[in-house]
Amino acid sequence: MIVRLATDTPYLLDPENWTDSAVTSIPELIGTHLLYTALALVIAAAIAIPVGLFIGHTGRLAFVAINAGNVGRSLPTLGLISFLVVLIGGGLFPALIALVILAIPPILTSTYAGLRAVDPAAVDAARGMGMRELQTVFTVEVPMALPLMMSGLRNAALQVVATATVAAYVGLGGLGRLLVDGLALNQYDRVVAGAVLVAALAILIDLLAELLQRVVVSPGVSGRAVTRRARVAHPSPLTEVSSGTAA
Amino acid sequence: MIDYVIANENVILAALSQHIMLALVPIVLGALIALPIGFLAVRYGWLYHPLLNVSGLLYSIPSLALFLIIPGIIGTKILSPINIIVALTVYTVALLVRVVADGLRSVDGIVTQAASAMGYRRIRRFFEVELPIALPVMLAGLRVATVANISLVSVGALIGVGGLGALFTRGLQLRYLDPIIVGIVLSVLLAVLCDLVIVLVQRRLTPWTRVKGRS
Repeated sequence: MIVRLATDTPYLLDPENWTDSAVTSIPELIGTHLLYTALALVIAAAIAIPVGLFIGHTGRLAFVAINAGNVGRSLPTLGLISFLVVLIGGGLFPALIALVILAIPPILTSTYAGLRAVDPAAVDAARGMGMRELQTVFTVEVPMALPLMMSGLRNAALQVVATATVAAYVGLGGLGRLLVDGLALNQYDRVVAGAVLVAALAILIDLLAELLQRVVVSPGVSGRAVTRRARVAHPSPLTEVSSGTAA
Repeated sequence: MIDYVIANENVILAALSQHIMLALVPIVLGALIALPIGFLAVRYGWLYHPLLNVSGLLYSIPSLALFLIIPGIIGTKILSPINIIVALTVYTVALLVRVVADGLRSVDGIVTQAASAMGYRRIRRFFEVELPIALPVMLAGLRVATVANISLVSVGALIGVGGLGALFTRGLQLRYLDPIIVGIVLSVLLAVLCDLVIVLVQRRLTPWTRVKGRS
């Protein structure tokens, strides 16, 4: 399938399109796409993680975190983008807002769910040891909630990559340009080049996020340490939770 | 807003019915395909991880890209509604394979052994014991897939077939908010309605889940 797509797509394989001098140079489009993705993710995380930590730790406003996921999922991305563009006007700004809005729900919901899934005994133990609330959150709850938080960030990243592609329709740069311009010009090879690159980029980001998840999650939480040290039959309860809700 | 709806009733209804068709046909197809695959993933344990990895990768492909890759693979026209249906079916399968497999794996071994001891053969045991027990997990996955599909359909408007998405592109071209708002509201309402229907179906099909006090 990949081979056939590649042979059908002179655009993708034309070295001209990979050089800096090309009007729409592919490396530049990839760079722009990644830039928007990173920007939207950072802003969304800066909003959603503190709110998620607050809700998860205190248990207050839980309905916000629970419903955010459903609302985010049912909101049509193209509709949101169109709405913001017509409301605010052209340019980067409305499209970026849409990316941020769509990245918030997965991060918020999974941060909340991750904190809720932390064993209350561990939190009590931390308090019993004299830790302050914030200390408890960052040294006990967050490490244990990391698997879920990371899968939320991963979903958000994929959501943003996909939405940034759609946002090319309202003028956002990035790989979506190849798709939208190719469609407008009836250049199918350009369209396929864009589609293949976007798909590859998304898959790559997904794999990198999985790798990152392995690196940042403490071995004690992920259950790897337990199986290595002694074959005790009680893997961390969190590993099950994370694999169960990642879908 | 009201004026817009009255003046364009036919356009909106046509968009809505296309939207429903494009969203729900893949759900049915996807569920029918995912069920045997999920079963195989549980029956032959070594298949579980490879199958889940492949589904994960498929699910991570952005919708617009998948809509446009599919005609290159199956040979349909680039503006054909079949592309949307196939793409959303792929997403549904990718999401449900995991859910079906995890649901079936959550069935307590003691229960299946008891069923076997009572004389249930493999197939009957699957349909009358394992499937019902796994149903709440599977239907929870189906809810996610349905809601996601309904919101994804509108992206198809960029390639000319997008149900309510057509209202978004029209609104963009005319710089006119009314069709966009109508489209968003109808799309979200449709998602909420379908979600509700699945919840009600689940209540009917699995009355025992309510006995424990969980709704």
